[in-house]
Amino acid sequence: SSWWSHVEMGPPDPILGVTEAYKRDTNSKKMNLGVGAYRDDNGKPYVLNCVRKAEAMIASKKMDKEYLPIGGLADFTRASAELALGENSEAFKSGRYVTVQGISGTGSLRIGANFLQRFFKASRDVYLPKPSWGNHTPIFRDAGMQLQAYRYYDPKTCSLDFSGAMDDISKIPEKSIILLHACAHNPTGVDPRQEQWKELAATVKKRNLLVYFDMAYQGFASGDINRDAWAVRYFIEQGINIVLSQSFAKNMGLYGERAGAFTVICSDADEAKRVESQLKILIRPMYSNPPVNGARIASMILNTPDLRKEWLTEVKGMADRIISMRNQLVSNLKKEGSSHNWQHITDQIGMFCFTGLKPEQVERLIKEFSVYMTKDGRISVAGVTSGNVGYLAHAIHQVTK
Amino acid sequence: AYRTDEGQPWVLPVVKKVEQMIANDNSLNHEYLPILGLPEFRANASRIALGDDSPAIKENRVGSVQCLGGTGALRIGAEFLRRWYNGNNNTATPVYVSTPSWENHNSVFMDAGFKDIRTYHYWDAAKRGLDLQGLLNDMEHAPEFSIFILHACAHNPTGTDPTPEQWKQIAGVMKRRSLFPFFDSAYQGFASGSLDKDAWAVRYFVSEGFELFCAQSFSKNFGLYNERVGNLTVVGKNADNVKHVLSQMEKIVRTTWSNPPSQGARIVATTLSSPQLFDEWKGNVKTMADRVLLMRSELRSRLEALGTPGTWNHITEQIGMFSFTGLNPKQVEYMVKEKHIYLMASGRINMCGLTTKNLDYVAKSIHEAVTKIQ
Repeated sequence: SSWWSHVEMGPPDPILGVTEAYKRDTNSKKMNLGVGAYRDDNGKPYVLNCVRKAEAMIASKKMDKEYLPIGGLADFTRASAELALGENSEAFKSGRYVTVQGISGTGSLRIGANFLQRFFKASRDVYLPKPSWGNHTPIFRDAGMQLQAYRYYDPKTCSLDFSGAMDDISKIPEKSIILLHACAHNPTGVDPRQEQWKELAATVKKRNLLVYFDMAYQGFASGDINRDAWAVRYFIEQGINIVLSQSFAKNMGLYGERAGAFTVICSDADEAKRVESQLKILIRPMYSNPPVNGARIASMILNTPDLRKEWLTEVKGMADRIISMRNQLVSNLKKEGSSHNWQHITDQIGMFCFTGLKPEQVERLIKEFSVYMTKDGRISVAGVTSGNVGYLAHAIHQVTK
Repeated sequence: AYRTDEGQPWVLPVVKKVEQMIANDNSLNHEYLPILGLPEFRANASRIALGDDSPAIKENRVGSVQCLGGTGALRIGAEFLRRWYNGNNNTATPVYVSTPSWENHNSVFMDAGFKDIRTYHYWDAAKRGLDLQGLLNDMEHAPEFSIFILHACAHNPTGTDPTPEQWKQIAGVMKRRSLFPFFDSAYQGFASGSLDKDAWAVRYFVSEGFELFCAQSFSKNFGLYNERVGNLTVVGKNADNVKHVLSQMEKIVRTTWSNPPSQGARIVATTLSSPQLFDEWKGNVKTMADRVLLMRSELRSRLEALGTPGTWNHITEQIGMFSFTGLNPKQVEYMVKEKHIYLMASGRINMCGLTTKNLDYVAKSIHEAVTKIQ
């Protein structure tokens, strides 16, 4: 007899399933548009030059491998906070914030979720946009929170349902938690315009909601780190003490090194110290202290002027390539003779695009053209290259004409 | 953490070599690892714990999850047990932690949701050794199916391990009472200098047919502290069972850190899968273990030569990084305040802090503390 006879098989990961099927496909024209990682114009993973340089610098310093503090590498956490908040941010300069190193975006979100579960007594409810990243729900649930939703994506226009969002958000019970994607909304690629962010901030303030920003694509969305952090900074300037999760997986290509950070904007530096002590108490029984490699690389880049400059250029390069692929996809669809309005492809931003394709159309794309994406019609634009964008446009046109 | 005889941190030579290899390998990138971690790391790590000839491995009933250090492995194991062990989401299952133990054990299981964390007798302060009767008694009276956290070797903080005969008795009671063994293996190789010797208890339990978890840390034996390299080894009854368990652990990992960091796992995997590098590593591990063993014997002989009141054989009978000296809090305070020697109020010293240069001073200070302060 076994302890585990009753353990059910966990459901297969929907996104991994896409990659598995892609790998098995023998069609030479196959395309993997499920991948959530950047690819260069040859469809290959891209290790940033500034990362290689930072690694060489780190190696030459011959540093030891002693444990990091529970809250992580101080040079990294400070630089992460400054990157998100802006060097002129009053919150940053006054020190009324705490930033702890987290295990990339997921780990940072989870620390925050656990912190809210333990210390945010006003509510258990976390409001997510509809739709949101698939992992948000289980993260908050495992942390002991409850999930609610607000309208966000309008499938009819493939863009933001702003009135629906405002309507829902204005009715959220006071002191609930609302999660917002800072930029490059995953999975839709639909972001509010600055004017819309202003209205959102006013409403959120009026409802006295705890704002949780998830920023996984700073710099990667528009190519400009300040522009991509605009909403985060605006909210703070409006006196909203947000909590924030950051990831360096995409914007520095540090995926497997797990570099991320969780920040709490506080009333004052003293409160920040107290919050920090509680965050450490949460982290210690999870994994004791964070991994050094990714944080060292990110810190080296952010804190070395030459490398930082190079990084900004490279991240803009990645963003520009994505934007260029969006443009080419739309122009190729026009060339194919498609009569549909594909403007949302270029209106949307970031790695992902909600094409508006229906499940039956997605199925045909997979079966007939070996173009792999998730059932919801989401494509990773990072998987598109100048070499295959024509084929993609052709395939999409065939299933939508 | 380990210190050299110069009192410095030590990056293992084999680690430096492998890191250079990794740096020079242009085919490597920073892409995500699978959720359960680097396959070559997982398989090799479990093989190290269970042995090349492990029946469990041969019978394909071993699973592995790459985790963030030993702590991460304990946490994933605890989260799984809370959801799936002894019923569904049975937070009332008692979890037993030794007295004393690493303080974080309590927090890991508490934060994983267990409501009933108890202690089991372990350290006998009077005889400065294992309280085997107390331990066995606690196991006899523990509710069926209770979870017991066992230190695979080099018990932290006492440095006192059961002998093989004592482990056999422990296993006997646990089997009879259907208690679940969750091993914490943070010092394999580092304790005695022999990987096999330090894994004896875990392997014995496997040979006795137990289903068990073993949280492994590569922080100390590879000196990879800040890379957070750990592995949760799962030994089940059959391959199918283990497959199911791993699929559920994957769900837990996904909401905790999504996928583990790659650097440390690459270093360990590369080392363990090359016969030459593996030998080199074993040599490095033995270097560390031997230095600690030397410090133990040197400290003991000095105390005995000084005629320091009490018995000091426990210093060499204990094993691993830590030693419960037997100094009481007042004597400890004397050591800290008057002699500037830092140790825990429990009397625990880190043997790695001893060097050939400070042995005399430490021995004399202990002598003073014991003779001046009661």
